[in-house]
Amino acid sequence: MSERKTINKWFWVWEFDKEERWLNEMAMQGWALCGVGFCRYTFERCEPGEYTVRLEMRKYDPEYVSFLSEIGAEYIGRVVSWIYFRKRAEDGPFDLFDLDAKIDHLSRIARMLWIIGLANLLIGIVNTLNVSGIGVINLLCATLLMYALGRIEGKKEALVRERELHE
Amino acid sequence: MNNDLALTEATYYILLSLVEPRHGYGIMQQAEALSGGRVRLAAGTLYGALSSLCEKEWILLLPTTEGSRKKEYMLTERGYRVLKNELERLRELVISGETILGGLEK
Repeated sequence: MSERKTINKWFWVWEFDKEERWLNEMAMQGWALCGVGFCRYTFERCEPGEYTVRLEMRKYDPEYVSFLSEIGAEYIGRVVSWIYFRKRAEDGPFDLFDLDAKIDHLSRIARMLWIIGLANLLIGIVNTLNVSGIGVINLLCATLLMYALGRIEGKKEALVRERELHE
Repeated sequence: MNNDLALTEATYYILLSLVEPRHGYGIMQQAEALSGGRVRLAAGTLYGALSSLCEKEWILLLPTTEGSRKKEYMLTERGYRVLKNELERLRELVISGETILGGLEK
């Protein structure tokens, strides 16, 4: 039985790259991600630097998962629409995106934030009009989601500017 | 989508790799080999590109052989023409560059 440990940690949606960096730092220290849950990460002992970990937001698609397994990436799990993969570092570099796909990924995240944000705004307004105090929570959620959207759009804009010059 | 637009480097190498039947990992390896290790196709990008290229009928998915569940792809006649056109375009880029910069050197 290999040694395991679980860490609870919270990342905001716009911190997904920070989350990925952290997971790779853990792998560098000899802890490979082997399970994910809501704000919960399970690691197992590995050789330091044995794995590269990648995550992305994408509608779960078994075709995609089997495609990635063909190229040697192991599916770890998913939390809502975030999916996690790892691949042995000795099998070569592991990247999910080039520049265009990174922009596309950020657009997907932005679209999701828009939809949930707008839904919260509408529900918030309806609830506020119906004099129940609960509407405030929805309005706060909507504000937070719009803030997240701003952060994601900012990241996207930087990449789009880069894309004008480079492929 | 306009077929006269320049291909991305990734698309170009995917198409070039598929003059012979190859599966996903084979494409990545071939692209890396052809470019002397410079071009590393990103997995998600490759996945998306393969399905768009199939849709455009520049490549096709070969019927899976028994005992193998890996999907193999190959260039179509149409894809071959696209590659030829792209090669023409790239040649023009190189010639323009050499004409201007060649005169400046030394």
